[in-house]
Amino acid sequence: MILNEELKAVQRGEQGEAMQKVLNTLIMYGEAFGAERMVKITGTMGHAVIGTGSLTWKPVFDLMEKLIDGGALPRQSFTTDPRGIEDHVPISFASKAMFKLIFSNQKRMEKQWKRMGIKDDNAYTCTSYMDEVGNIPQRGDILGWAESSAVSYANSVLGARCNRNSGILELMSNILGYVPEFGLLTDEGRKADWIIEVKCKELPEPQLLGSAIGFKCIEDVPYIRGLDSYLGTELTQRVKDYLKDMGAASASNGSVGLYHVENITPEARDLGEKLIKENARTFVIDDAEIARVKASYPVAWTSEGEPQMAFAGCPHFSLAQLCDWTDRLDEGLKRNSHEKVTIPVIFCAAPDVRSRFEKDCPEKAARLKEIGVTVSGLCPLSYTSNPLTDKTRIITCSNKLRYYSKARFYSEKELVEIVTGGDING
Amino acid sequence: MARTFKGRVVVPGNVQAQALVTHTGFNTLASLKTAGSFLNKKGEIQDHNNPELYKKLMPGKALCLPETIGSTTGGMVLYCAASMGVGPSCMLFSKRADTLAVAGAVLTYNWSDHPIVCVDDLGEEFLEYVKEGDRIQVSEDGTVTVEGDNHG
Repeated sequence: MILNEELKAVQRGEQGEAMQKVLNTLIMYGEAFGAERMVKITGTMGHAVIGTGSLTWKPVFDLMEKLIDGGALPRQSFTTDPRGIEDHVPISFASKAMFKLIFSNQKRMEKQWKRMGIKDDNAYTCTSYMDEVGNIPQRGDILGWAESSAVSYANSVLGARCNRNSGILELMSNILGYVPEFGLLTDEGRKADWIIEVKCKELPEPQLLGSAIGFKCIEDVPYIRGLDSYLGTELTQRVKDYLKDMGAASASNGSVGLYHVENITPEARDLGEKLIKENARTFVIDDAEIARVKASYPVAWTSEGEPQMAFAGCPHFSLAQLCDWTDRLDEGLKRNSHEKVTIPVIFCAAPDVRSRFEKDCPEKAARLKEIGVTVSGLCPLSYTSNPLTDKTRIITCSNKLRYYSKARFYSEKELVEIVTGGDING
Repeated sequence: MARTFKGRVVVPGNVQAQALVTHTGFNTLASLKTAGSFLNKKGEIQDHNNPELYKKLMPGKALCLPETIGSTTGGMVLYCAASMGVGPSCMLFSKRADTLAVAGAVLTYNWSDHPIVCVDDLGEEFLEYVKEGDRIQVSEDGTVTVEGDNHG
């Protein structure tokens, strides 16, 4: 690895032992991928993947302590992933007590993040790139982020450059201010290995299409054709939200860190088919493939019966999605002649997005409360890390949550129907 | 009968362990999210999407795999599992190891007393040959010897 003078000084230990070790860790990481140099992070804010003070992650917090004590602090402010639980979310006394145990490092972690310069108390979200949160990288920015869905969005929709960095490595990158140059940071690494042709009768739900893409491409880069015929060619908020959810599913059901969508995403608009590798393989996703993928999900509930709780907003909803889902539930309740949702429903959104929703759309926010929906900034994955809540028969339209928990997946349409008292088999 | 494969060293070390094998991506977070805590002291693998590994024990095993998938907590989760003594002793990849797996191995090498040895590029034949329970020996130069009773 060729180091510039600044990094050579770090390697000599001129900024302390902790910084020296951080650099050596990143060098070893980069060299495994053939990186020949470190490049400066140009994004104005970092994003970390640690938002819950999980008991299991004690070694991480011990390591963070070593970094802080050694004076190795991030060079820029940052956002991080959501907290695991919030007080106003419906939960039994026993589950609450269990959460206290499971997230017993929460206070320690939040204190450490403050010492390291986290943006503010509301900076806990997986969708830090929402306007209300304000951590929005520019096209071409070099990032050292983690959080699979955020990396996918930053690379694909915003055109920034970021590898799928692990937790702790993202923090170390932010501390050093440099990342090793390889993979998705390079022009070659951003070329597509797959051409995905979407040939469904109507626009497939994003979390199902994303899952199908993730299963097929695993960690490769797909160039997706056909979506513009349903979505148009402008990156409107609706299109951004669709891509956010699709990308999160392909990043969690596979490991896709970057996708190009023909005529829509910035690099695909500029470079078109030049982004496709010569030997790229082609795969068609039609209605039959979507149905096959959906039918392949294991049923993991520990007991059979009616659903007891529903989650939507993983990754966190945008303001537009909160409004849209309010309307969808309202219409469902009218259609099915119910006044309230039939089971507790949790919509997840960034704390700043929730505040804007309450401020700018007070009628919809009040309506959600009235019909029994809670809007929370929590991470539903973390919510299900509690063995008591994990036994709850949860339904979700999030393929990420489905993958990491025992929650049962239903399409968005099915979920709306179930929670508003309809019959999805009818 | 023993057979030898040669891979690329990511994190060096000499290890002897029993093989645990998956032919699909290893989702680190889904597999080890509670490993080492009072919820899962034994380090049982909890990814219900992976029938080859579900409910098997991870500690000290030679994890043979094509790649890791999923959340970018992956490397951090490996680091935690290793630090709490419930991680694999080594990870042996048929393909090039991915960023999250490398991060985990590199973190354990630099910051933990329980480094996870990591060798990649062992080839598809390695993953076709190795069976669960096989005796694995890894050498510092990336040589992996597989010995088992079910190889004829």
